[in-house]
Amino acid sequence: MTTTTSPTTGSSSGGRNYPGYGRPLWQRLLIRRETAIIALLVVVIVVASAAVPHFGAPITYNFLLLDTAPILLIALPMTLVIITGEIDLSVASAMGLSSSIIGLLTQAHWPFPAAAAIALLVGLIGGAVNGLLVTRVGLPSLAVTIGTLALYRGLAQGLLGTTAVTSFPAFWTDLATSTLPGTLIPSVTVLIVVLALIFGALLHFTPFGRGIYAIGLSPDAAAFSGVKIQRTKFILFMLAGFVSALAGIFYTLRFGSARGDNATGLELSVVAAVLLGGVSIFGGRGALPGVLAGALLIGVLASALRLAGITSDVINVITGTLLVLSVILTSFLAWLQRMRLSAGRRRRETGGSASS
Amino acid sequence: MNSLKRVTRARETGILLAFLLVVVVTTVKNSSFVFSQDGFRDLLVTPMLVLLIAVGEAMVIITRNVDLSVGSVIGLTAYTAGTLFKYTDIPWPLVALIAVAGGAALGAVNGLLISIAKVPSLVITLGTLYAFRGINVLWTGSNRINSSDIPNDFQGIGTAQLLFIPVITVIAAVVLVVAAWYLRNIRGGREFYAIGSDPDAANLYGLKVGRRVLLAFIVSGALAGLAGVLYVARYGTVDSQAGSGFELQAVGAAVIGGVAIFGGVGSVWGAAIGAMLLLTINRALPVLGIQDFWQQAVVGALIIGAIVLDRILALRQARRLTVMEDSEA
Repeated sequence: MTTTTSPTTGSSSGGRNYPGYGRPLWQRLLIRRETAIIALLVVVIVVASAAVPHFGAPITYNFLLLDTAPILLIALPMTLVIITGEIDLSVASAMGLSSSIIGLLTQAHWPFPAAAAIALLVGLIGGAVNGLLVTRVGLPSLAVTIGTLALYRGLAQGLLGTTAVTSFPAFWTDLATSTLPGTLIPSVTVLIVVLALIFGALLHFTPFGRGIYAIGLSPDAAAFSGVKIQRTKFILFMLAGFVSALAGIFYTLRFGSARGDNATGLELSVVAAVLLGGVSIFGGRGALPGVLAGALLIGVLASALRLAGITSDVINVITGTLLVLSVILTSFLAWLQRMRLSAGRRRRETGGSASS
Repeated sequence: MNSLKRVTRARETGILLAFLLVVVVTTVKNSSFVFSQDGFRDLLVTPMLVLLIAVGEAMVIITRNVDLSVGSVIGLTAYTAGTLFKYTDIPWPLVALIAVAGGAALGAVNGLLISIAKVPSLVITLGTLYAFRGINVLWTGSNRINSSDIPNDFQGIGTAQLLFIPVITVIAAVVLVVAAWYLRNIRGGREFYAIGSDPDAANLYGLKVGRRVLLAFIVSGALAGLAGVLYVARYGTVDSQAGSGFELQAVGAAVIGGVAIFGGVGSVWGAAIGAMLLLTINRALPVLGIQDFWQQAVVGALIIGAIVLDRILALRQARRLTVMEDSEA
């Protein structure tokens, strides 16, 4: 048995370094971690509402959601991509590209829906290029998407140069910042909720979604159990490109301005939100509720600090520290658990070799 | 394989040819690109900051890790150096030492978190990218160090020359040669490759994996610190955003130069030439009549072209090896 399986497991692509940990342990930790991030979010909201003047006001949440919407949107496909053990760093550049294209076509007097459709199509193609390079050519996604990060951003800036297009139909720009009738909840929330439900269902309740986890945990085992690895990854990269283009359209309309450098650097916030939400960078572990809480946590902290009069740049320190702490904590808990297990084993063996 | 063949077959040769091609074509178009005082100096000086961090980045990537925090380390050390110049009378060599040591300390923070807590470097250095930059912004605010705050003799380094070669280039070249020699000829350097090829096997073999990875991050941080000091010398002004975005250029340069992102393959020479190519293309495009808005696109196309090429070469070599095995059997 072991002799037949060892060569196949040995030939895995090599993205994952720590496959040997007990799985139930990780799953238990994960549940704690998801709960922890959601609990942290609630605590922060409660504390901020009590301590920061005006934080409890509905208008705060309006701006908070508008500001966080692109991160929330892109975090959805990004979660799925990272769970397969891949990564997509080109998302913010795809946003910029979609923004540029919308601007260019609007300038050429295209009707807005047609321009938006082209932008979405370009996003889809951009994602497909990533997907092809990763699945067909067999390149590591980290390198590929660093390349397309530069490429798509370069195309975005090349197409528009330094001009900014601002002549969008008022109907669409108003829609982007509009609220649901009778409330202060921005309309884009509907889009986020619908997409979150779709992605949540896709990830957690379909065979396709189970396949995503299987790929992340062990590509070889997934392949042997009939998961179409290449096709799954290809589809996920296309989804990431598509949603990025969608977020790019929203971003353009929200600020009423199409520029080649729109949303520069946003990819890092998205990845940070996803990892903060408990998704393992090695793939195979994570869930959408945690990710949404992670993205919101970053948004709430930024908003609360801004209202408290602290410069909004502090948020960088907090995002970074939270990210580092969250992975170290997971690692520390795993280590603690291992110590306890090995201590128990040593007791049973009553003075056996403790060197291992 | 004799040495000539080894040189022509080397991955670095291809990228060097590409670099020379860019220089030659651009010079033909406009001779002042190389044959003028400023053109020659820019050619040699502009890529040096990225070259330095690309060398450190290559060492980190060879151990199958990645350091995304180098841009933020440059920012912090550059501002530290600038502040010391502005408010104290510490002689500049000492300031430079402090900045390099500071960079090494920040690198050690990364390295310790990664090797002790055994967490992925991508996540940790993404975190410290934010954290270091945030600390920098908190500290700097909207202040900036201006060139009038910086002693003249230090600022002279930015423009000084040794014979015909700018001093900054000499410094970078020394670093490059030492790093290349260490990785190629010294036991510890070879262990970098062993760890990157297969961390588990390296561990079983008895290599001190954690210690080597820590060293790689300290070197990367120290080189970013050095780049930070040189940033002050070269540009004269430092604000809170100094060095931001450099991390992607460093990774891009290493990848273009043939350093495989999953470790174990590549050389600091490749990364250095990659950095030269990357930044020289940026300067060549406007001369060639291409609007500089397209720079990023060219850079992206280069990175993708380079990794696709690497993949094709690797596949071809694998096929040749199987053919050889078959004929031996």
